[in-house]
Amino acid sequence: MSAAGATVRVGRRRSAGRSRFVARFRRRPLALIGLVGVVVVVVVALAAPLLAPYDPAASDYSAILQGPGSPGHLLGTDDLGRDVLSRLIVGSRASLTAGVFATLLALVVAVPIGMVAGYYRGWVDVIVSRVTDVVLSFPFLILAVGLAAILGPSLKNATIALAVGQLPMFVRITRGEVMGLREQEYVQAAVINGAPTRVVLRRHMLPNILSPLIVQSTVAIPGAIIGAAVLSFLGLGVQPPTAAWGTMLSQAQQYVSQAPWFAVFPGLAIAVTTLSFNLFGDGLRDVLDVRLAS
Amino acid sequence: MARLEVEDLHVRFDTDEGQTLAVNGVSFSVEPGEVLALVGESGCGKSMTAMATMGLLPPAASRSGSIRLEGREISGLSGREMRRILGREISMIFQEPMTSLNPVFTVGYQIGEVLRRHEGLSRKKARLRAIELLDLVRIPAADRRVDEYPHQMSGGMRQRVMIAMAVACNPKVLLADEPTTALDVTIQAQILDIVRDLQHQLDTSVVMITHDLGVVADIADRVVVMYAGHVVETGAVDELFASTQHPYTLGLLGSVPRPDLVLADVQGRLAEIPGMVPTLHEPPTECVFAPRCPRVSDDCRTEMPRLAETAPGQWAACVHPGVARAHPTEVVLP
Amino acid sequence: MSEPVLEISGLRKYFDVDRSRGGGKVYAVDGVDLSIGPGEMVGLVGESGSGKSTVGKCVVRLLEPTAGSIKIHGRDVTHLRQRSLRHLRRQVHMVFQDPHSSLNPRMQVGAVVAEPLRMHRIARGKDLTRRVDEMLERVGLGPEMRSRYPHELSGGQRQRVGLARSLVLEPSLLIADEPVSALDVSVQASIINLLLDLQRDMGFSCLFIAHDLAAVEFLCNRVAVMYLGRIVEESSREELFKHPRHPYSQSLLSAIPLPDPPVQRERKRVVLTGDIPSPVNPPSGCHFHTRCPVAELPLCRDRDPELIAHHGQGHRTACHLVHADGTAPDITKGAGPLVHHET
Repeated sequence: MSAAGATVRVGRRRSAGRSRFVARFRRRPLALIGLVGVVVVVVVALAAPLLAPYDPAASDYSAILQGPGSPGHLLGTDDLGRDVLSRLIVGSRASLTAGVFATLLALVVAVPIGMVAGYYRGWVDVIVSRVTDVVLSFPFLILAVGLAAILGPSLKNATIALAVGQLPMFVRITRGEVMGLREQEYVQAAVINGAPTRVVLRRHMLPNILSPLIVQSTVAIPGAIIGAAVLSFLGLGVQPPTAAWGTMLSQAQQYVSQAPWFAVFPGLAIAVTTLSFNLFGDGLRDVLDVRLAS
Repeated sequence: MARLEVEDLHVRFDTDEGQTLAVNGVSFSVEPGEVLALVGESGCGKSMTAMATMGLLPPAASRSGSIRLEGREISGLSGREMRRILGREISMIFQEPMTSLNPVFTVGYQIGEVLRRHEGLSRKKARLRAIELLDLVRIPAADRRVDEYPHQMSGGMRQRVMIAMAVACNPKVLLADEPTTALDVTIQAQILDIVRDLQHQLDTSVVMITHDLGVVADIADRVVVMYAGHVVETGAVDELFASTQHPYTLGLLGSVPRPDLVLADVQGRLAEIPGMVPTLHEPPTECVFAPRCPRVSDDCRTEMPRLAETAPGQWAACVHPGVARAHPTEVVLP
Repeated sequence: MSEPVLEISGLRKYFDVDRSRGGGKVYAVDGVDLSIGPGEMVGLVGESGSGKSTVGKCVVRLLEPTAGSIKIHGRDVTHLRQRSLRHLRRQVHMVFQDPHSSLNPRMQVGAVVAEPLRMHRIARGKDLTRRVDEMLERVGLGPEMRSRYPHELSGGQRQRVGLARSLVLEPSLLIADEPVSALDVSVQASIINLLLDLQRDMGFSCLFIAHDLAAVEFLCNRVAVMYLGRIVEESSREELFKHPRHPYSQSLLSAIPLPDPPVQRERKRVVLTGDIPSPVNPPSGCHFHTRCPVAELPLCRDRDPELIAHHGQGHRTACHLVHADGTAPDITKGAGPLVHHET
C-alpha cells in the first residue's frame, strides 16, 4: 500500500506548512510593519504605567503648553501643564480597550446570530437579514454616537455603542460563510453521521469561518478605535481627566493656532495605530487565503 | 517539415518553497493533419507543456528550449509578436468552456472579434463567417444562436463555440487541453467527432492533452506519455497500446476498467500504481518512476534514463523496457 | 430475494426555480423505483441532469422527497424528522465525490473517523481509538494517519478517509456518489479495488452513483440507467453491457471510448445529436424521444413508456419499442435524420 512512501512526504510537508506560513508573512514587508506597529501599541498599552514618565493627571502650572522638546517634556505639555507623552501612553489604554472590546463583543453576539440565520434559513434568516439591513442603513458613527448619547457617557457605554454599530457587518459575514459551508460535503457527511445541529455548527462550521472573521476584525478594530476617539472627542466616551486620544484632540482644538503639536500627537497616534491594524489585516488575509486555497 | 516541433522544453517555477521543475526536457513534433496525444495524470506537466508552447506561462515560471512552428523559431518572440501568431497560426481550447468565454458578449461577437483582429474582416463579414463556423462545429440553427450569450448555452455548446473560435483563422496547430473532461460521454463523442472532422477538412495538426486513454485510442495517431515532467514513452498509437514498453504506461493502461474485458472475465482486478506522482524540486538523480516501479533495480538508481528506441518509431525512457500487454491479467502490477 | 435493504418506489423530487430565473420547477427525479437486496451492489448511471445524485441524497435524507417512498429494511423513512432519523443515520452512509470538500479542513483524520462512533455513543476512550485504527487499516491507512489534517493527504488518501468514516458504523447500505470521478486514473483503480474488497469483507449493500459506465460495470451486479429523472433501463450487469435494450443505454455504451485503438476504430458507433434537455422542461412522452435515433412519432412523443419487465432476470426497460420477448431496436441500424453515422 502507498502509506509508507506517502508518510515520509507528508511529514515533510507538514513542517514545511508552518514555516511556509511564516515565509509568506515575511515576504510582505507592509504586513510585517503593520504587525510591528500592532505589537508596539499593545505592549505600550499593557505597560503604560511603567512607561509613562509622569502621572498623566498631574498638572504643572509652571509649564503650560510647552512645545515638543522642552526640558523634561519630550512631546511638550497641554493647557493644564500635563505631560503629553504620558497622556498619550496612558491614553492608548482607553482607545485600545474600546476598539478591541467593542469588536470582541460584536463577534460574540453576531456569530451565533449569523450562524443560526445562515444554517436554518427560512423565517429566522429573513428577520435577521432585514434587521441587519436596517441597522446597516445608518452610518456606523452616527449610530454609535446616537447610542452612546442614549446610554450616557462612559467608556463602557461607548464600547457597547461601538459593538452594536459593528454587529450587522459580522452577522452578514458569518451568515454568508455558513451558507457556503452548508453545501460542503463534509457538513453533509456530519449530518448523515448523525451529528446533531449544535455539533455541526460548533465543530464543523465555527472553526472554518474563523479566518475571515479574524481578518474582518483587524479592519473592525481600527474602525472602533477611531469611533472611540470620535466619541470621546464629542464628550461621549472617556470622561476627563482620564487620558484618551479622543479627549486629547478635543482639548487641543481650542489651541490649534498657538500649539498645533498638541493636536498633532494624538492624531498621529490614532493614524499610526489604525494603519498598523489595517496593514496587518491585509497581510493576514493574503496569508490565510493562500493557505486555504492550497 | 513538421508543423510544430518542441525541443528540450524546460519549465521551472519559483515558489515560496523554492523552485519546482514542472517540465524537464520535453521534445515532440506534430506533422500536418496529425493528432498527437499528450497523456499523463495530474501533475505530470502536460498542461504546462501546452501553456509553455503557447507562451502563456504565469509570471512565476521560466522557460527554456526551442519551439518551432513550420521551422520558424517562436520561443524568442516578444509578447506582441506572439499575439499575432496566437489564434491565427496556433490556437488552443481549454477544459472549462464556461470561464473561457466572456459572459457579456454574444458568441457571434466573440468569434467575429478574432476574425476582425487577425484578418481585418468587417463587422458584417465577420458575423457571416461566424455563422459558417458555428455550422462547421454542428451547432444547429447557427444563424439564430450566433446572437446568443454564453450563459444561454449548455457546456457542450460552449465547447463547440470555443472550437469555432479556435479554428476561425484556420490555424496550423490546435492545442486542446482536456477539452472533453468536463462533458458527459455522449457530448464528448460529439466533440471528438468535430475535432476529427476539422482535422480532416482543414488539415489542422492537433495536440490533444488528456488523461483518458479511451480518448487517446479514439482520436490519436501518435502518443506522448508524460510523468513528472518527463516524456517516458512515445510512439504510434497502435504500437504503443499493443506493445507497451514503459511500466508506467503499462500501469496506466491496467488501471482503467475495460467494459469489454470485464464481461469476458479477464480483468479480475485493476492494476494499481502505489505511491504518488512526485513534485521535482531538483533534477532527478534516478529514474523518476523508480520509487513506484515494479521493475526497479539498482541500475535505475544511477540517473534518469534517456528516451531510447525500442522498436521502429517507438521510444521509451526505461532501463528495463519490455513488451507487455496491460490485459489480460498476467501483468497486473503488485 | 430476501427483504430488500433499500426499497424506493415512485420517488419524485422537484425543486422550485427562483422567480428571478423564470420560475417553474426542476423535475430532478420524476418517478423512480429501485430496490437493493442485501450485499448487492447496484450502479445508478446517467449523465449530468439525470437526477442520479438527487436520488442518493433523498435516500440519506439530505433532501426530503416530494413524493414516493423510501424504505430501509422495510421501515419507511421518507418523511421522518430529525430525531426519528437516528435509526437511518446508523444504517445508511454516504461517500462523496470531491475529496477536497468532503473532509473538514480543521479536523484530524482520527477525529473524522471517530465522529460517527461518538455521535451514536458506540465507543469511547481506548475502545474508540482501537476501532478507528482498525477502520483506518481496513482502508489501507496506518495508525499514524490519525493525527494528520486533510491538507496533508493526497486525493486518494482523503477518499480512503471518507470511506473509513462512512463504514466505521458498519452500515447496511452505502451510497457512493461518484466516489472516484475526481481522482486520477491510477488512484481511481486503487479506490475501486478497495471498495470491492471492503464490500466482500463487510457485506454492505451499495448504491454506486456514477457517470462512468466502465467503473460501474467493474463493480456492480446490477445497473440502472437514468435519463432526465427516470430510470430507462435496469438489469443485471451482463445483460446491460452485452444486450442493452433501451436506445439511450445503447448510445451511452457506444459513446464510451475503449482504450484499445484497433477495437475502438472498428466499433459501430452512434453519436447522439443535441444536448440533454433541461429538467425544467422535460420533453413529453418518452423523455428521450428528442434525441432517439429510432423514435417512432407520434407514439414516443405522446405516451410515457412504463418500466416493464421482460425477458426474465429482472430486466426492465422503459421503451415503447422494446417488446415483451426482449427484442429491441438496434440504433446502429436506425434510419432517420437524427442519426449520425461514423465511418
